[in-house]
Amino acid sequence: MGRYLVRRLLLLMPVALGITIVTFFLLRLIPGDPAVIMLDNRATAENVARLRHSLGLDRPLFVQYLLFLKNIATGRLGESLIYRTQVLPIILGRLPVTLFLAVYSTVLAALVAVPLGAWAALRKGRASDQAIRLGVLFSLATPNYWAAIVLLLVFSIELRWFPVGGYGTTFGDHLRHLFLPALTIALSLTPILVRTLRHNILEVLRTDYVRTAHAKGLEAARVFTRHVLRNSLISTVSVLGVHLGFLVGGAVITETVYAIPGTGFLLIKSTFARDYPMVQGLTLMFASLVILVNLLTDMTYAVLDPRVRYD
Amino acid sequence: MIDEIRAAPALRPGRRGFGIRLHGSATAWIAVAMLGITVFAAASAPVLIHYDPTKTDLANSLQPPSAAHWLGTDNFGRDIFTRLVYGARVDLQIGTIPTAATFLVGLVIGSVAGYYGGVVDGTLMRIVDVSMAFPFYVLVIAIVAMLGPGLTNMYAAMILAGWVSYARVIRGEVLAARTHEYVLGARALGASDFRVIRRHLLPNVVTVGIIFAMSDAVLNILLGGALSFLGLGVQPPTPEWGLMISEGRDFLLTSPAMVLFPGLALLWVGVTFNLLGDRLTDRLRPGG
Repeated sequence: MGRYLVRRLLLLMPVALGITIVTFFLLRLIPGDPAVIMLDNRATAENVARLRHSLGLDRPLFVQYLLFLKNIATGRLGESLIYRTQVLPIILGRLPVTLFLAVYSTVLAALVAVPLGAWAALRKGRASDQAIRLGVLFSLATPNYWAAIVLLLVFSIELRWFPVGGYGTTFGDHLRHLFLPALTIALSLTPILVRTLRHNILEVLRTDYVRTAHAKGLEAARVFTRHVLRNSLISTVSVLGVHLGFLVGGAVITETVYAIPGTGFLLIKSTFARDYPMVQGLTLMFASLVILVNLLTDMTYAVLDPRVRYD
Repeated sequence: MIDEIRAAPALRPGRRGFGIRLHGSATAWIAVAMLGITVFAAASAPVLIHYDPTKTDLANSLQPPSAAHWLGTDNFGRDIFTRLVYGARVDLQIGTIPTAATFLVGLVIGSVAGYYGGVVDGTLMRIVDVSMAFPFYVLVIAIVAMLGPGLTNMYAAMILAGWVSYARVIRGEVLAARTHEYVLGARALGASDFRVIRRHLLPNVVTVGIIFAMSDAVLNILLGGALSFLGLGVQPPTPEWGLMISEGRDFLLTSPAMVLFPGLALLWVGVTFNLLGDRLTDRLRPGG
């Protein structure tokens, strides 16, 4: 296991480096002189020169990149042009909200997707399978910001079952405030999970060990829960990193619609406020989060399935 | 010698027409009909409709549906139905232009990497690894944040962030196809690399790209709508469905049609492309 971990960490290095290169060059996409654009109407020659110096824009590109790396290593991702402080503490302060939302939506999606995926696989080709697949088709094509608005109208404004926005203070508050946002993301995550799970269950049903389990006289329900579902779920969970990217994308939209003080809403606000260092810091943070979750899922996978370690 | 290869279709097995070979399936025809209706409406909008999609008429704002305004009017007095139909033009463009561009870039880079292997391929695969770490929406939004909002910059961001997926898919296909006998045969006969890629590899791998592009088109329409909804893509007063939903948000209780119908339109186009993609997959990749 130790050797597997070391190998995975070594493989991670070039990706981590690549992420820093991409985020470094993001700022270079700004048309014109970033310092002038960032300062806007405060762009006197003196201010521009000072900002250029503090951003390191007066150095050679390679040196700028090395400085950028050094700053990342010390947690200095840059100073927000709006908040006038380092961006990392602000991002970390809002990250729990987004993570809460991501976990909440995954749980909601799983609660719906596991029974549906299993049902569709077991009834393959029959009417209920067709109906579930039709549902998948429709929810895949539904714009989530539209779903968010419709849910908000029906459940918050008309029925007044849920608060209109915000995050609340207690755990119970969070559950109530984030229910509709989580449901919105779950609506678009569920079809993906149903599809994957249906496919995986059909694959597992064809394996020898399932036939053996049946042959040795195990009752059908037990074969399904112990052997089929468990193995199908493991391979569904193994793409959690891919889903995380998707969840974050969903969070950006839903946090904005529901005005939830998370990192997604921060990204949109910073985009409009031209807070480039904040956008850069958020991008770096999201990418790091994805590779971290990928690493964790790989490790979990290796614990659950020893074959992985010897590949 | 080269002409002999051209004349010998047997040397290019597996090449199939990817045109309309959909007959026999009801859902396929439904999808084609849905696409036909959308394209027809988008193409003939100026002929069919005499309202201007962007001209404001404040005296007639927020009218309920009537014979004159089938879906009513929005807060600026513009006919919602007219804007919906004109919106099809913009949203179909969002579905096709960045999709086609990323497809093309990915096709060229992916086939070169897959064919030559070595450093080119290694570099591409590292780029793929890195780009997979960025949540797609975040990367696109971050690029738009740097370039500035607007349709052109949105396209640029979608292409910059999207080509890698195509390159990865095409590269995998080329890698598998290049060891086939017809490719080895063409090379043995002295065909140039360019010719082998263009005449023999691309026709065989392009199918997979098209299947991928179908689902990507849906994602691009949804993404384009989302960015416009957030104010980062298409700018007012252009009629675009995501933007229309955003504009209708404040009038949800008085004029729900402003939000409802653009959403249904997006759903309609999304279902159309998904159905087409599914059918094409069944048709072109049996069992795949």
